Amino acid sequence: MANCNETIRELDAFLDGELSDDVRAHIHRHLGECTDCLQAFDFQAELKLAIRRKCTTDELPPGLLGRIEMCFDADFDDDGVIGPA
Amino acid sequence: MADQQDFAKQAMEFAPQLYSAALRMTRNPADAEDLVQEAYLRGFRSFHTFQEGTNLRAWLFRILTNAYINNYRAKQRRPQESDLGEIEDLYLYRRLGSMETAAAAMSAEEQFLDLFTDDEVKQALEDLPDNFRLPVLLADVEGFAYKEIAEMLDIPIGTVMSRLHRGRKAMQRALYEYAEARGLTQPLDDEAADS
Repeated sequence: MANCNETIRELDAFLDGELSDDVRAHIHRHLGECTDCLQAFDFQAELKLAIRRKCTTDELPPGLLGRIEMCFDADFDDDGVIGPA
Repeated sequence: MADQQDFAKQAMEFAPQLYSAALRMTRNPADAEDLVQEAYLRGFRSFHTFQEGTNLRAWLFRILTNAYINNYRAKQRRPQESDLGEIEDLYLYRRLGSMETAAAAMSAEEQFLDLFTDDEVKQALEDLPDNFRLPVLLADVEGFAYKEIAEMLDIPIGTVMSRLHRGRKAMQRALYEYAEARGLTQPLDDEAADS
């Protein structure tokens, strides 16, 4: 079974879903038996979710979609510049 | 080959995510709008190179990230490569004890991390130097895999992992400093607790 240091070292990769199945299972077993590590993992998982939730609350500026779609229509000469170059 | 006429139909749904990411990259609304517009124009022009059936969202984020790195990063005065100093692992978690009073005052429906405002979390991310901010943004906010981030930033996967690790810790330290500044923390005196 993994010890606490090994487990904390794999915390990022575990929460990011980047561990191989056997290492993941190894860490999972440790978390089942170690409340300290489990609490730390739970907190980091919640923090990751909170960062995502709180960093995606921006409102799209009004008119931006229209301006983008206008680009598609107006770049006739395909030089990446709207209108005559 | 992907048809340019399909581009608008398929790609526009990602505009809110791309704009939000662009805001975290450029740190201001006017530049973020320009960056998103440029990414869409680049995407439109090179849509024939997009392989149908592959991940359009990742393709667009790659274009956005490249456009930011090429056009904006050079303009900013902050150093491109910087160090964050030594920060201990589980920085915020290890300090939860000092925030117990503030946490206890929250309503039952609130989650502990709602102690931090949206603006504080955005600011903590935006204050990271570029080489740490982009991996954290792409992993934590956008949910891309290490391999995808490595390709977008053109750095090895091992570098993605170490920058993510250090960037995340620096963000936690910034959040804790916001909590301190708002008086949400209490000094924990270990010696007093022991005696």
